[in-house]
Amino acid sequence: MIDFVNQYLIPALVLGGIYSLGAIGISLIYSILRFAHFAHGDLMAAGAYIGLLVVWLLDATPLNELSVNVRLLIGLPLAFAGTAAVAILIDRLFYKPFRRARSMIVVVIASFGVALMLRSLVQLFFGVDVINYADGIQFPLKELQPLRILERHIYIVVLTVVLMLALHHFLTRTRTGKAMRAMSDDADLARVSGINTEKVVIWTWILGAGLVAVAGVFLGMDTRLVPTMGWDLLLPMFAAAILGGLGQPYGAIAGGLIIGAMEELSTYPWIGDGPLVPPDYKTAVAFAVMVLMLIFRPRGIFRGRVL
Amino acid sequence: MPGEMLLANRMTGGYGGADILKGVDLAVEAGEIVAIIGPNGAGKSTAMKAVFGLVRLREGQVRFRGEDIGRCQPDELVRRGMAYVPQERSIFPSLTVHENLEMGAFIRRDDFSHVIDLVYTLFPPLKDKRRQQAGELSGGQRQMVAFGRALMTEPSLLLLDEPTAGLSPVYMREIFERVIAVNETGVGILMVEQNARQALRIAHRGYVLATGENIFTDTGEALLANPEVAESFLGGRDGGRGGAGA
Repeated sequence: MIDFVNQYLIPALVLGGIYSLGAIGISLIYSILRFAHFAHGDLMAAGAYIGLLVVWLLDATPLNELSVNVRLLIGLPLAFAGTAAVAILIDRLFYKPFRRARSMIVVVIASFGVALMLRSLVQLFFGVDVINYADGIQFPLKELQPLRILERHIYIVVLTVVLMLALHHFLTRTRTGKAMRAMSDDADLARVSGINTEKVVIWTWILGAGLVAVAGVFLGMDTRLVPTMGWDLLLPMFAAAILGGLGQPYGAIAGGLIIGAMEELSTYPWIGDGPLVPPDYKTAVAFAVMVLMLIFRPRGIFRGRVL
Repeated sequence: MPGEMLLANRMTGGYGGADILKGVDLAVEAGEIVAIIGPNGAGKSTAMKAVFGLVRLREGQVRFRGEDIGRCQPDELVRRGMAYVPQERSIFPSLTVHENLEMGAFIRRDDFSHVIDLVYTLFPPLKDKRRQQAGELSGGQRQMVAFGRALMTEPSLLLLDEPTAGLSPVYMREIFERVIAVNETGVGILMVEQNARQALRIAHRGYVLATGENIFTDTGEALLANPEVAESFLGGRDGGRGGAGA
């Protein structure tokens, strides 16, 4: 039992949280800007590498005494802000001109191009090899034995919950957050009501890109950094957003946790001795969920928009 | 001419293809209720959208309080005192009733709680449902939300695109009563209506449009009494006697 928790449930929670943070942006961007943002995964990688940059820069200061995890916590706001700025710039340069022309498929293709550009930039500056935030092995916290929980797991799960509560507060209590939900409901009506839709668009990028950047840093903490790390996660993040219902931020959170859990639990030896699904193929579970949802329940569990 | 809040001259244009409007004139004086009626495809809604800057005009001019507003975006028009209620999709379904009203007041930075109270006074059913999602309400109540949302900026001119479309006679009467009540607070109203006879009864003036042109313009009473209008646009002279407006 404790093995099940240690080897499957804890990783499922961590992975689910990472997917959720990414899926929120995909869902918001889809419902407000009306396109599937295929560069979202590579924004995630950009966030992770900004985190790496912070770790390296802090190496040259007296703060290098701090553990890598703590240095990354300092890096999180910078990754959030830096990636949000990159996303707003990309939007102005590559998406907005096409959005004016009202041809959404062009924007989708543009986002593919942006994905390639971002990945190439990461490769140009950081190389194509695997990089770790920290060398060496991290040990589980002794206080929590027999549970095998690493320090980073605590940071990831706690901060994910904090960010989601903050998002909830933003969307339901602030004027801009409510305007975001209004525009997600009906952009034309938002415009004729006098809502400043450009401002809402900018906030959509700040939230979507910022949260996926944090997810990128978390993924880097939990695994390793490689330029394709974001692209590889695009599919499960889309699956999570669709499962939750596009345009439903809370659905995206639920979808992320469910997809994360399904992927991890699919590798449990439910039948016989070997894993039910070989770990290398666990992304296929997300893909299968996405296809089944699109066929049988395209509006997702929280009744979002149809892709 | 003094007193004219809205003055649209020779509006010509459409959605990029053939012209839908072929030189339509409209005017609303301060504090007036003006109804636009006419058959389907006459360009009634398009004329209203053109006033609100949602249709690009090839020719013609729209002036609001003496200023040319031909190039204004909707949010600028809202700031200047216009409000528009589209025919369909006129509420934010996943927002609560209260949040819908708040979004109507988006441009306001001052305290607007007294306007929310006013809307709840005008539409008492909304007060009880203020924490409910607007999408869960009945058609008539949704129309109240849409109406209320547009009042949040305390506009001087309210544009209503078929406010009673698809409503039961009871709700239709209720909405028309609210239109009169809102008008009595000094708000000018321009509305497009399919329920022509009832609309003309409450309107100070009416425009009859057909195929994108003005056909008749007169007071509401005179249009109702005009046999030609009755014959062609009100379903016959006797069609509405003792009808739904009673």
